[in-house]
Amino acid sequence: MEFFLLLLTSGIAVGGVYALIALGFVLIYKATSIINFATGEFMMIGAYIFYSCTVLAGWPAIPSFLIVMAGAGLLGLLVEKTILRHMLGQPTISIIMVTIGLSSILMGLAEMIWSSQFKSFPALFPRAPIIIGDLIIRSNLFWGFVVAMVTVAIFALIFKYAKVGVAMRATAGDQLAAFSMGINVRSMFTLAWIFGSIAASIGGLIVGNIGGVQPNLGGIGLKIFPVVILGGLDSIGGAVLGGFIVGIVENLAGGYLDPLVGGGVKNVAPFVVLVIILMVRPYGLFGRKEIERL
Amino acid sequence: MRIGDFKESYAADEAVFSTTTSRFWLMVLFVLLAMFPFWAGEYLLYMANITGIAIVAALGLNILTGATGQISLGHAAFVGIGAYTSAILANRFGLPFLLCLPLAGLASAFFGVLVGAPSMRMKGLYLCITTLAAQVIFEFFFVHWESLTGGIRGLNITSPQIFGLDIGTEFGFYWVTLAVVVIAATVSRNIFRTRVGRAFIAIRDRDISAELMGINLFRYKLYAFATSSFLAGIAGCLWVNHLKSITPEHFPLHESIRFLAMIIVGGLGNILGAIYGAIFMTLIPEVLQTILKFFEGIFPQAMSFLFPLQTVVFGLLIVVFLVFEPHGLAEMWVRVKSYFRLWPFKH
Repeated sequence: MEFFLLLLTSGIAVGGVYALIALGFVLIYKATSIINFATGEFMMIGAYIFYSCTVLAGWPAIPSFLIVMAGAGLLGLLVEKTILRHMLGQPTISIIMVTIGLSSILMGLAEMIWSSQFKSFPALFPRAPIIIGDLIIRSNLFWGFVVAMVTVAIFALIFKYAKVGVAMRATAGDQLAAFSMGINVRSMFTLAWIFGSIAASIGGLIVGNIGGVQPNLGGIGLKIFPVVILGGLDSIGGAVLGGFIVGIVENLAGGYLDPLVGGGVKNVAPFVVLVIILMVRPYGLFGRKEIERL
Repeated sequence: MRIGDFKESYAADEAVFSTTTSRFWLMVLFVLLAMFPFWAGEYLLYMANITGIAIVAALGLNILTGATGQISLGHAAFVGIGAYTSAILANRFGLPFLLCLPLAGLASAFFGVLVGAPSMRMKGLYLCITTLAAQVIFEFFFVHWESLTGGIRGLNITSPQIFGLDIGTEFGFYWVTLAVVVIAATVSRNIFRTRVGRAFIAIRDRDISAELMGINLFRYKLYAFATSSFLAGIAGCLWVNHLKSITPEHFPLHESIRFLAMIIVGGLGNILGAIYGAIFMTLIPEVLQTILKFFEGIFPQAMSFLFPLQTVVFGLLIVVFLVFEPHGLAEMWVRVKSYFRLWPFKH
């Protein structure tokens, strides 16, 4: 039972991070219908900027964090303006491949700038593990979860109440109607990329803080596909719930099945869930069912 | 300029190589390809062999993604299945190479149909993500089904033979690769001239209208998955017999993306495009290496940039081709040809 609770809590903690990364993905998909395969690399770039600020330049954590957000926003802006603006309305394969190409470029550049060696952040949070009742949680995991949840909550509040958030939701709902209400649809696309990039980079900070930074940190970005498909591609609430489910499932499966097959279940379990979901309910738990008209 | 372009028989109208000139250059190409191994060194033959294997795999993906429009992120896994099947058949049952080749293709085709089965309910992005899941799951099996695949240490096979002739050398294997590439290119060119191939293209262009015209979408998508992964399996069998060892690291997701990049850079849905793309993407890393070696004199650490530079150039090629030249190298080649045909006139 203790083992189960241990797996469950680390699953929830990791799930919170997945939820945040998936949020970044869904923001972009909802507004522009672009599937961003480079989400993982956005995370990695965010983590590397943070590493440069704190370790190489020696700045304190809070200003470094603000620089990461600014840098990630700028990256999102650049990517949208220079590459993806041209891809609107292109076939799915072109859009998918452009973001895959982009991820390859970012990964190579990161390796050129920061080398492929493993880097780690200075200690940001108190090292003492968090103890809740009988449970002991690693401090980095716990604080990572807290940061992820706060960020998700801030984004949720922006969408619910802020004017930009409402405008973005309107654009996602019906572009033409939004346009005729005086919303600048194009700038909403750009804004979606900026927000998506910021969400991903904060996710990257958390992952980097738990396990260090490497150019292939973005590999974790593949896990968002089970998350977003489970939750429904265009549902923010779904992304959050999907994140938790995938986090918990992969930790439970890893904990109980790894000894039986000799490791690696943790990485494959989310994709098995993905296949099952796609078979039963392709549009996810909360996604909008697409109806095709001739 | 080509004038007097009229046909007197249906056979002439349907010919793949319609003019005497193109048939002549094709013959020249074959003569050059046949002479190539007699003057090329070991390294060039090695490059020719891996390029040929990449062409077969790219031709396979071109049927599924280029012609039928179903994006596959799991093509490397099918190549891997072919390679493992061939290695296991050769090691455990001592089957000869010529028997392993079609069996590897069939094994891959079987799994291709399995992965394609969800296409009954899904398409586009969702199907793409299914193939991504297939890639991850097959990779897991390559690593963890140790009794069959040898785990991360992989498998080794002995030098392949055809009727007692050893083809394990680069020279010997060149002829096998060449023959398979020619057959694969001919078959896939001709598929597009049949009822099935035209159905593939109809599905790509508009699936609903294809269905209204009486094409059974599910069945034809499965055909596409089967033929595509059959060719992938053949490529895998060649691959393992060429290198004589396999490990799961040879078939990662990145390899699948490389195959997609080949057909995009070459030109989606175009046989010549798949061939150009495969050649181009196989040679680019070598070209980069040569360039960096040249700079090593001025800039001693140049070689340490090789790997990241390859990654960047790979990504840049995909992005640049998609944004500026979506029809790929094949289209560029046509433009160059027509420019010289009309020269010195502009139109």
